[in-house]
Amino acid sequence: MSERKATVASSSGLHARPASLFAAAAGEVGVEVTIAMDGAPAEDAMDASSILSLMTLGAEHGSTVVLRAEGDGADAALDSLAKMLETDLDAV
Amino acid sequence: MQNFPGVGVSPGRIVGPVRQMPRPLAEPPAGEKLAPGTSAEDAAAALTAAAKAVQVELRARAAAAAGDAKAVLEATSLMATDPMLIKASVKLINAGTSAERAVWEAAEAVAAMLVNLGGYMAERATDVLDVRARVVAALRGVPAPGIPASEVPFILVAEDLAPADTATLDPATVIALLTAGGGPQSHTAIIARSLGLPAVVAAAGVDQLADGTEVYVDGAAGTISTGPGDTERAAAAAWAANASTLSVFDGNGTTADGHLVPLLANVGGAKDAVKAAAAGAQGVGLLRTEFCFLERETEPSIAEQVEAYRGVFDAFPGKKVVVRTLDAGADKPLPFLTDATEPNPALGVRGYRTDTTSPGVLERQLAAVAEAAKGSTADVWVMAPMISTPEEAGDFAAMCSNAGLNTPGVMVEVPSAAVTAESILREVDFASLGTNDLTQYTMAADRQLGPLAALNNPWQPAVLQLVRLTVAGAVAEGSGKPVGVCGEAAADPALAVVLVGLGVSTLSMTARSLAAVGAVLATVTLEEAQEIARLALSATSPAQARDRAREKLPVLAELGL
Repeated sequence: MSERKATVASSSGLHARPASLFAAAAGEVGVEVTIAMDGAPAEDAMDASSILSLMTLGAEHGSTVVLRAEGDGADAALDSLAKMLETDLDAV
Repeated sequence: MQNFPGVGVSPGRIVGPVRQMPRPLAEPPAGEKLAPGTSAEDAAAALTAAAKAVQVELRARAAAAAGDAKAVLEATSLMATDPMLIKASVKLINAGTSAERAVWEAAEAVAAMLVNLGGYMAERATDVLDVRARVVAALRGVPAPGIPASEVPFILVAEDLAPADTATLDPATVIALLTAGGGPQSHTAIIARSLGLPAVVAAAGVDQLADGTEVYVDGAAGTISTGPGDTERAAAAAWAANASTLSVFDGNGTTADGHLVPLLANVGGAKDAVKAAAAGAQGVGLLRTEFCFLERETEPSIAEQVEAYRGVFDAFPGKKVVVRTLDAGADKPLPFLTDATEPNPALGVRGYRTDTTSPGVLERQLAAVAEAAKGSTADVWVMAPMISTPEEAGDFAAMCSNAGLNTPGVMVEVPSAAVTAESILREVDFASLGTNDLTQYTMAADRQLGPLAALNNPWQPAVLQLVRLTVAGAVAEGSGKPVGVCGEAAADPALAVVLVGLGVSTLSMTARSLAAVGAVLATVTLEEAQEIARLALSATSPAQARDRAREKLPVLAELGL
């Protein structure tokens, strides 16, 4: 199991457009990626490709979240998704 | 060619294809199980396919949209195939629930979660429920609910339209409204007039027209016909050319012989007021103050109210602004004022009457109006809704005087007020006829009920008689106190002429109607208006009253009104 921490850079948090973009990207990386607030138990992690999960996660601008995945390509997938979280997607 | 006669409620002549408003989607029954012979696997596959189809359609719409609408459509397209939603649905399907019921319940749970988060997330709950309805419609193979999406402008047809249906109505795509039910005071009629869309209501059979059928609509005459020919196309083109002249009011309401009839606007807040002033309104004949009270759990503070009222006063420096005090109750309930359990709310504690059950709210509102008036040059008048007796009028005048407001008046909406107008006007300085409620109470016909549309018509001779009586009461009182009209009736150019002929001194209406009413009024002398009013008064039906008036007003046909 690989994991990455990332700080949400989008000014509106992980809502609306940033959530749409991130969920779509997470659905395309080829491995199952989960997302949780930093400090929350791993078993409460939610599907990162679900926009509804992302919305109910309630991550605001500046929140730290943990991404987890396993299997082939997990590290590359997590790297690209973490980088995305640390970009202000409202400005894209 | 097929004809569908109806009631014209908003003028305009147009040719275009119709699209039917899909019927509201029925909830799949609770406990609905998988149909015999359908495996859970098949049901799950059907659900996934339906979800995918909804996603494809929403993506296509997102691609064609721009700005906020695009972002919302992109997000909702993702929701359709969302893993959280699909997984929860499949779990229910595996337990034996039908696909429709499964997605219904799964989405319900997600929506509830979003509502609990509040704020922005709570607003997104509506999107989840919209996606749910679309997926269920796709599973059933019926059109998705809501206003149909179309790249080609169309005429929207429905049994009737509710406020929720029209919230997303885009006047660039929807070019006219037709309903099989509804009446002249229905929501469809009001929204059509405020958007300036031609509309015909109570046209039986139109809801059976096939999508794409080309029709000609005359929103003034109340006619709809299929297979439009050259004549109809020419009429529509002439209307389009005329519409630009009918959108400008010169700010001077008068008859042909110079009898002045100030044309005022009905507004519901500062934004409306600014628009109305730009449209040439000579003042505000009805400021609905509910805007600062609705959707609130508690009464707004005096300071909040002062600011809200001042925004309106500032849009009309030096002009008359008639403030109607809070009109809560019946179709406008307020948790801190009205009792939702009344068996007959239209006849209940509403309007001015709430002062007896919740004293203080009105007094504080009057204080706020007076304070806002101090800081402005607007000529502020105040009137109470639902006044029934001279005693109530007197009590209201005393409250206004205590607050430092010098021009108290009353709405005449209850027939008893029309009948006793002379005594009532001894207590206050003016009266304003609220024709929507006056019609409802005179005819004992609920405004919202389609089957009573024929009764609920301001052209009813009985309603016109009460207008006449109110004016007669003002004349008998002797000091020349004005009687205005601030209901939907004033926005109908033909009826406006009748009202002026009956002696009404000002007309207040939605700002969009000012130009049309002004244009028609300018073609008749006061004496002609009085003659037209006599003809309408002596009619035996609303249709006859209207026909008699229209016959004397050839300008209506010329302008397509």
